[in-house]
Amino acid sequence: MKDLLKIFVFALVIIFGFAGYTRYGLPLIIPEAPPVEEKLSGDITMEQYIGIGDKIFNGKGTCTLCHSPVGGRAPLLDTIGSLALERLKDERYKGKATTGEEYILESLVDTSAFVVAGFGKTGTNDTVSPMPNVDKGAIGLSDVEMGAVIAYLQSIAGVEVTVALPSGDSSAMPEEEAPATIKLAESAAEAFIKFECTMCHIGPEIEEGGDMGPDLGGFAATAGSRKEGVSARAFVLESIMNPNAVIAEGFDADTMPDDYPARMTFAEFNLIADAILGVKNQ
Amino acid sequence: MALKKNSSVAGNRYLKIFMVAFALAVLFPFSGSLELSAENFSVSDVWAEDAAGGEPAATEGEGADGESAEGEAVESNEWKPAPPPVLETKDYPLIPGFNSRMWVWYVAQLHLFFAAFVLGVPMFVWAIELIGVLSGDKRYDRMAHEFMKVSMTGFSLAASFGGLLAFLLFVCYPDFMSYMTSIFGKTMIFYAVLFFAESFFVYTYYYGWDAMDNAKMKKVHLALGLGLNIAGMTLMVVSNSWASFMMAPSGIGDDGAFLGNVWAAINGPLWNPLNLHRVIANVAYGGSLTAAYAAYKFVTVDPKATEDRAHYDWMGYTSFIVAMVGLLPLPFAGYWLTKEVYGYSQQMGITLMGGVFAWLFILQAVLIGAIFLSANYYLWCSLGRTEAAKRYYFMIKPLGIVIVIAFLMWFTPHTLIMTSTEVTQVGGTHHPVLGPFGVMAAKNTAVNTLILATFLSFQIFRRAGIKAVGDGFWAKNGTAIQVALYTAAMGNIVILGVYSYVIPASVRIGLSVPQVCTTAVVIILAMIIDGKMFKKSEEVSETKWGQMPMRSQYALFMLAISFTWLMGLMGYCRSAIRQHWHVYTVFRDNSVEAFTPTLPFAALHVTIIVVIFMALVFFMFWMPILASKKGKVGAEQKAH
Repeated sequence: MKDLLKIFVFALVIIFGFAGYTRYGLPLIIPEAPPVEEKLSGDITMEQYIGIGDKIFNGKGTCTLCHSPVGGRAPLLDTIGSLALERLKDERYKGKATTGEEYILESLVDTSAFVVAGFGKTGTNDTVSPMPNVDKGAIGLSDVEMGAVIAYLQSIAGVEVTVALPSGDSSAMPEEEAPATIKLAESAAEAFIKFECTMCHIGPEIEEGGDMGPDLGGFAATAGSRKEGVSARAFVLESIMNPNAVIAEGFDADTMPDDYPARMTFAEFNLIADAILGVKNQ
Repeated sequence: MALKKNSSVAGNRYLKIFMVAFALAVLFPFSGSLELSAENFSVSDVWAEDAAGGEPAATEGEGADGESAEGEAVESNEWKPAPPPVLETKDYPLIPGFNSRMWVWYVAQLHLFFAAFVLGVPMFVWAIELIGVLSGDKRYDRMAHEFMKVSMTGFSLAASFGGLLAFLLFVCYPDFMSYMTSIFGKTMIFYAVLFFAESFFVYTYYYGWDAMDNAKMKKVHLALGLGLNIAGMTLMVVSNSWASFMMAPSGIGDDGAFLGNVWAAINGPLWNPLNLHRVIANVAYGGSLTAAYAAYKFVTVDPKATEDRAHYDWMGYTSFIVAMVGLLPLPFAGYWLTKEVYGYSQQMGITLMGGVFAWLFILQAVLIGAIFLSANYYLWCSLGRTEAAKRYYFMIKPLGIVIVIAFLMWFTPHTLIMTSTEVTQVGGTHHPVLGPFGVMAAKNTAVNTLILATFLSFQIFRRAGIKAVGDGFWAKNGTAIQVALYTAAMGNIVILGVYSYVIPASVRIGLSVPQVCTTAVVIILAMIIDGKMFKKSEEVSETKWGQMPMRSQYALFMLAISFTWLMGLMGYCRSAIRQHWHVYTVFRDNSVEAFTPTLPFAALHVTIIVVIFMALVFFMFWMPILASKKGKVGAEQKAH
């Protein structure tokens, strides 16, 4: 009986030991909730539409599983808006698009129309893309959602957003689902204050700032070379959205807020990034 | 005496006739209507036939059969595939105080534990019985019989949980089951009827063991065992087709509507990888649980009953070897399955290995590491069975250090591919110092080192009580050649591992193949050399079965528990990878429970399931003991 008791205790210690290790030894990742179709009202602004595209790009669309600096499984899309027209002229292009907007849409629904060199399925000589068509299968984006993603991609590339705002078709857009009002920062200075960057940083467009974080004044000169293969703008994006990814020398990790992906719109990020990188807007 | 012999022969004859008749009765219903392997099998024909009241469906130009009295086409007679419905939350039956998903999870996992056990055990039982027949050593026969005795309660429990699972699915997910039966209905009937064959074989195999223990009937008994394994294997591959369809559906259109060819639906991209993975895992799992049974008996048997202790020690050792034989190729079957997951859907593959489930594989490494550590510990303890093994004790400490280092490297994470939100939650993507140990270059090196070190422990154990004799080349030089072999192999594995750091990822992946080949070659060559070396050998000191420290048996318990927990974890992984889909990409789960659980949440429930299972396993172990007690009481009463 004593031996049996020992076996029981031993078994329980092992079993609960595994559970304990999982609970306390591994970081907690909360999987995203099942995606829902974005519901849009007929009178949204382009900024809001782009914001929805941002949300889909980083969420339901699962685009960042591959199109991210960390993964490296698919090309980064921060400049696709401007690259699209060049792709149309590429001799390997076999689609039917004639404009940048059509090219990006084609990339979403006919993913092998053009495969960026080095990113095709193994053994296909970059003629077949491993990317699924996003209007079908597990992702299943609607036309309106794909439009939002295209608008977002054009926007981050700094080119004109050519996507038309969705019409107010009542069947697709329930009236009761009006979007929440978003108070957007309208200048870099406003954005720095809104997101409390001035508490820790000094730099362009910041009149008074703290010193808990690095000076943003020299960022424009170094951002493009901090990470191999990562553009200056992409590095700024990573530094804001994932502040612990790269910690500047002499500063501590876990001091910068990590909730910007949920709070900051694309337009606001653009204002901040332009200021940091010294991009002059017309 | 003569009369007894004649009646026995007559009985055997009747038994054979009965078995043939039964086999025909089971197989006959399927001989015409269900040609699962035929490419052209079409369920649409069958449905159309059913709709037409048993008459063949009307085809174009057949005239009256396809028309009503008024001459209008009867459209209802035509079978049309329907896409899966788009469900809403209210479409799922809600039973107050009853959580559908949790119930299905618990019951499905318990069913799988017992099913894996009762499918795995007969495989090696049959092999052990065959060894006993070929070698003439009755000890093998006794051991095989006892293994079957242990698994008998498992058959009932597996079937009970399977039945409960089926009812739960039909009650809690009627629309989902309607869709599944519209595709796999015939195979489900086949599956249910196959249980009769399974029951026939298992009962005749087990209860006929003593009755057929003679030269003539032993072959029949082995044939029954083979039938049992074939029936069990068929059951498994049929049910695997439903699970693999849910993960990677095939044989359907873009809208999810069944195209009519059931074979196309069965033979999906993940079906065969899943079949192979489960067959191997069943053997490993069956071995680990019977090892735990032997350990349980070893620990609880009267210490003075040396013969019994020796028997259970030997039984534990044999089960342990079976578990290891299953464990070593299991990672490769797992790689194939994962490769096919990537091939089917890169999105699913990345979610599995680099997304929200990435940390699960660190946990998996910890569990497999625990299995390797307990396996090696058991082997080192096994050296205590023979006095002459002391000459190898000096190797234990270095082996232990190598195994622990390899284990630590294996479960060191590096960069996890996550969304920016997930990266924020994790607090970074890699550790600045330990990060380099987390890449596949280090992990492949660590795994191969672990396997080689474990095999070396096994080799030491095998030669502990013997030595090669004679002046033959192998007897003289075998050990030196093996040392050179191991040294060269480790050098090759480490060099390839280090080289992997400086080459592109696409080339690096390819280097895992020569590493694995190196390990396989060493194992095969070392076994061949052992065979040649010890062709002529003498016993240096006797192997004293039963002379094992009590703590060694706890290593066997740890093996079984780690296996069980690991199976529960990977069961969660395989199912959760579908995320919010009943059938991936075509049939969405819109129930209130359609969320992906976090790892700690899953671990908690896996733990509870394992505790329930272990309690039932003790019950299963206790049953044969109870039966033998009854036998003893009966014998004592007769003696009085």
